[in-house]
Amino acid sequence: MATDIIIHDQKDNVGVVVIEKITPKQDCKCWIMENDTSTNIQSMDEIPLGHKIAMVDLKEGDTILKYGHDIGKVVKSIKKGEHVHVHNVKTKKW
Amino acid sequence: MYTFTMLKQRSGNDMEIPKSFLGYKRENGRAGTRNHVIILPVDDISNACAEAVANNIKGTIALPHSYGRLQFGADLELHFRTMIGTGSNPNVAAVIVIGIEPKWTKKIVDGIAKTGKPVEGFHIERTGDIGTVMKASKKAQEFVMWASEKQREECPISDLWISVKCGESDTTSGLAANPTVGNLMDKLEPLGVHLCFGETSELTGAEKVCATRGATKEASDKFMKTWNAYNDFILKEATDDLSESQPTAGNIAGGLTTIEEKAFGNFQKIGNCKFVDVLEPAEEPKKGKGLYFMDTSSAAAECVTLQAAAGFNIHLFPTGQGNIVGNPIEPVIKLTANPLTVKGMGEHIDCDVSKILSREMNMSQAGDKLIETTLKVANGRLTCAEALGHREFVMTKLYRSA
Repeated sequence: MATDIIIHDQKDNVGVVVIEKITPKQDCKCWIMENDTSTNIQSMDEIPLGHKIAMVDLKEGDTILKYGHDIGKVVKSIKKGEHVHVHNVKTKKW
Repeated sequence: MYTFTMLKQRSGNDMEIPKSFLGYKRENGRAGTRNHVIILPVDDISNACAEAVANNIKGTIALPHSYGRLQFGADLELHFRTMIGTGSNPNVAAVIVIGIEPKWTKKIVDGIAKTGKPVEGFHIERTGDIGTVMKASKKAQEFVMWASEKQREECPISDLWISVKCGESDTTSGLAANPTVGNLMDKLEPLGVHLCFGETSELTGAEKVCATRGATKEASDKFMKTWNAYNDFILKEATDDLSESQPTAGNIAGGLTTIEEKAFGNFQKIGNCKFVDVLEPAEEPKKGKGLYFMDTSSAAAECVTLQAAAGFNIHLFPTGQGNIVGNPIEPVIKLTANPLTVKGMGEHIDCDVSKILSREMNMSQAGDKLIETTLKVANGRLTCAEALGHREFVMTKLYRSA
């Protein structure tokens, strides 16, 4: 089964694009590794291979979860299906 | 937990893991995957001599570097540990040591001689470069011709000391390439191999989770102490936001956003293993088989150089965007899960696991593929980095010299 996005853990609120890119309004197939289940999402942005997509609406101050763990905080609100990266998420360390 | 996934994906018909490889048996009981004769300069100003000898005598390699003068304290100890450890590595058959003066040269020669392998030192003062090159070349010729008669023999797989370090990571590293290394660790650890991971700074964000993987409370406490010391140092020296360096520009291009995300990806490399001890940079493991954490920089060449100096004889290097590092004495095996990296720079990739992303390969199959590649390289197949001439030998320096 073709997979466009892989999500590490069912707690995660982001997924990783695993095809060359996804385009706006694309209906994407997602695979959750932890429990081997599938879900779908419609993308809002063009997102390249390896970059993250928001699986839910996220507001400033929210925590990004990946691998089931805290990987940083939202600094600019993000809508479900949008690109998640350095323009809207920052580390909680350094 | 993510590791649970890897367990679940393990199919019932994993390949049978070979129990031996063909290596070079050394005088001290260790086994090498390579049979190098090295010309080791004690200090920066002896590089010219060392390189001249390696140019004269085919089949030897010089290991030029930038340090070795006026160092002191822990920094000097690390210098000696790295020099002696590199010469003592079982991938090295024999060593010529060249320094400017006799005292430090002898200290390194004596350290390497404890392994029982042929080693001889030369110093340049009172003789000059030309006379030293002549004397050292004669000895180097004798060593390399002696070493060329060595044959590979069957060695138990437990003679493999495998170090790991990732570089130019992206999200495909954490998704697939690093868990592939973790899968290999889970399969080879019960067979009695030594394993080593490092990269103290790149565990930042995952440090508390990593600490829980100590095999004993002592190991966990030692890890947290080491990580805290490194973090304090980084915070003290940082002039601004460290996000310029960590994640790197390459990491960010590959989709990694924060150090925490990078750290949890990095951490996938150890699978379900627990570490038995925490090593100083370039320190040889002393507690027997199993996984060790070494306090290292996260810069690729520095880290691999320290692991090789601790005695590790084969290296696994998962990459995302395509780090190209090699080491003069420890073969560095590259794997990647990023299909664009395979396509664009395939000459650097020894093991392609990109089919994990398209779900045409599961983690256990990828781990098996990496074990096969590792054994081929242990038996003598050149790595991409070796064929391309990557010999990055980079000493770690702790602070300014006196």
